[in-house]
Amino acid sequence: MTDTLAKTVFGRLSWESLPFHEPILLGTFIVVVLLGLGVVGAVTRFGLWGYLWKEWFTSVDHKKIGIMYIILGIIMLLRGFADALMMRLQQAIAFGSNPGYLPPSHYDQIFTAHGTIMIFFVAIPLVVGLINFVMPLQIGARDVAFPFLNNLSFWLTVSGAVLTMISLFVGEFARTGWLSYAPLAELAYSPDTGVDYYLWSLQIAGVGTTLSAINMVATIVKMRAPGMTMMKMPVFTWTALCSNVLAIAIFPALTAAFFLLMLDRYVGTHFFTNELGGAPMMYWNMVWIWGHPEVYVLILPAFGIYSEITSTFTGKRLFGYNSMVYATVVITILSYLVWLHHFFTMGAGPSVNSFFGIATMVIAIPTGAKVFNWLFTMYKGDIRYDVPMMWVVAFMITFVVGGMTGVLLAIPPADFVLHNSLFLVAHFHNTIIGGVVFGLFAGMVYWFPKAFGFKLDPWWGKVGFWGWVIGYWLAWTPIYIVGLMGNTRRVNHFDDPSIQPYFIVALIGAVVILIGVLGFVMSIVMGFVKRKQLADTTGDPWNGRTLEWSTSSPPPAYNFAVTPVVHDLDAWHDMKTRGYRRPASGFKPIHMPKNTAAGIILAGLATVLGFAMIWYIWWLAALAFAGLLVTAIGHTFNFKRDYYIPQDEVARTEAKRPLPLGAGA
Amino acid sequence: MSTSSHHAVASHSASHGSRAAYRAGSILSIVLTAIPFLLVMTNVLPDRGIIAPMIFALGFIQIVVHVLCFLHLDTRSEGGWTLLAFLFTTIIVVLTIAGSIWVMYHLNANMMPMPGGPMDGSVH
Repeated sequence: MTDTLAKTVFGRLSWESLPFHEPILLGTFIVVVLLGLGVVGAVTRFGLWGYLWKEWFTSVDHKKIGIMYIILGIIMLLRGFADALMMRLQQAIAFGSNPGYLPPSHYDQIFTAHGTIMIFFVAIPLVVGLINFVMPLQIGARDVAFPFLNNLSFWLTVSGAVLTMISLFVGEFARTGWLSYAPLAELAYSPDTGVDYYLWSLQIAGVGTTLSAINMVATIVKMRAPGMTMMKMPVFTWTALCSNVLAIAIFPALTAAFFLLMLDRYVGTHFFTNELGGAPMMYWNMVWIWGHPEVYVLILPAFGIYSEITSTFTGKRLFGYNSMVYATVVITILSYLVWLHHFFTMGAGPSVNSFFGIATMVIAIPTGAKVFNWLFTMYKGDIRYDVPMMWVVAFMITFVVGGMTGVLLAIPPADFVLHNSLFLVAHFHNTIIGGVVFGLFAGMVYWFPKAFGFKLDPWWGKVGFWGWVIGYWLAWTPIYIVGLMGNTRRVNHFDDPSIQPYFIVALIGAVVILIGVLGFVMSIVMGFVKRKQLADTTGDPWNGRTLEWSTSSPPPAYNFAVTPVVHDLDAWHDMKTRGYRRPASGFKPIHMPKNTAAGIILAGLATVLGFAMIWYIWWLAALAFAGLLVTAIGHTFNFKRDYYIPQDEVARTEAKRPLPLGAGA
Repeated sequence: MSTSSHHAVASHSASHGSRAAYRAGSILSIVLTAIPFLLVMTNVLPDRGIIAPMIFALGFIQIVVHVLCFLHLDTRSEGGWTLLAFLFTTIIVVLTIAGSIWVMYHLNANMMPMPGGPMDGSVH
């Protein structure tokens, strides 16, 4: 009787679900709880709850939401990087008779969590965060098209991240690889909560990502400043547009694949099972229809960041703007035609494999065009090697190697040798670290003064830079080599002691990357300490060329007191050369959206729903779902959605700004 | 729920259609739905191999009717953005479906037979 009662109330959840028997997890758990209590205590001590709730959590300001996305991305980067260090340590010691310190079931969870977190909760939040912060400023808008939706998207992403983090301590995470391949992810082979944690956290976060993509596309299409035609849009905005269009097109495929897998696991359908007519390969097919374009969703905005920085720090207009735009659009379309290269070896005939192989190689052409555009922009330019520009140069060198190994892997016969090998793992880390991560760091350093009014500390920024670049090459060159020798991925123990030195070098590389991570964190800390010295009072610390640099740092809530009019591609550079003067009077009241708590409440309920479904606590799931419906419908009756910033407040805010560059009086 | 800064560059709003268009669309949709039902239920055509393509064709025509009469797709709405978005969506959907059928046909034909799955010779 008590047993059935406990099952009804707690579902699968019991004391056994907590990691008392795993010393590593228990230790981590204690540290996390202590840190969490410390943060909660500090926030309470300084009475910041009201401030955080009113100014940040419920904010619909695209700048604050962007910053919160980036904070989420950095926190999750630390988690994902801790996983990476644990794997490197395990692989460096687990040779011959030494089993290492991680049992296979734990190691499998770690590589799954590492991949899932790094893509879904590090790369996506950082990319979305930068687009959120920068893009509306670049197009001269006051917010995004749907400000509430933006807040909801952010909190849904947090909800997914929270569920993933809970899995560390309550139950287990998936052991099925970062895409949870069927049929291994089916109930028959993965009966515990791992895959359910994976599915629910990614479905909830996926809703957020899709809504955010719709929001960004609507913003770019509808809210550009007067005069900004499509071909006068900054390159970063172009890449943001293509990236988000792509995201809208592909996320439904992932959502559908996950949904069918959920049906298999919860109601006993057979979409992807081995028996009863299930087609596991259909899962791979659908997942990679999402998966390959997804890497372009991430890399395109990074290409945009490199373009902005190259042009700013060489003091020149970007070389080949039109070809840059066309290359971006071509990559957007082509990225949709290559998904099969992830499973060349799974039985497709020569016609299919040649088509997808050639389509993959063709992507190198527009990408190569971009690299030459950046090089020609630098050619005879007056290059300033500040930290953002250093990231650009490191990117070009590193990424080209990753691109070449990519073309190599695109050749089906070569892929038959290298499929599932560490060579492949080295290739995609080469492109994602050397392309996306370097770009995100470049972007964060570049736009940080815009967000906070002071630059990051350049000395620590350089420590971070060299740590990442040297660490990357030390960590991944040996993996390329052992991969080419035929070592496979996702292995937690090796028999052959002769390859151990490679893994030891890789571990050293990972530790050097740790210096890079800490250097970046320190550059924020020391930047804050020296914020007076590093302050940006002009709003234009790098002598920028696009509209975000025309407003103050940090920008006022309304971004632009007067909507700028665009006449040229590099709008702000053009305004500066024409001796633009900021108006000092004649302001009008500004219509703005109001903050709302609906987003964080909905996401909180979604987290409860996910947790309840994972642990089969049906009554709680029903309650949370009902709560979601009531809150969502209730919010549609909230008519107090906007307010006006009065004229004199605008005038007062504007008067506080120092005189702009080039203004005589 | 959007801000006041609607200073779009090309802001030709979407048309909401006429009563006549809605009426024509509704009638056409009913007819195009009724025909496949009749074909299946009355067995007028003996060969199922003809009925299936006919149902697909009528379904496709109905998609076009919906898009023109109910979604008011034309070259002018929203300054051409609606048409562009529609074409892009069409391309993506066609690529996804056609590509998946092609790929899955190959995987099915070339791999070991599975219980419950059809078998075939290998394809090139």
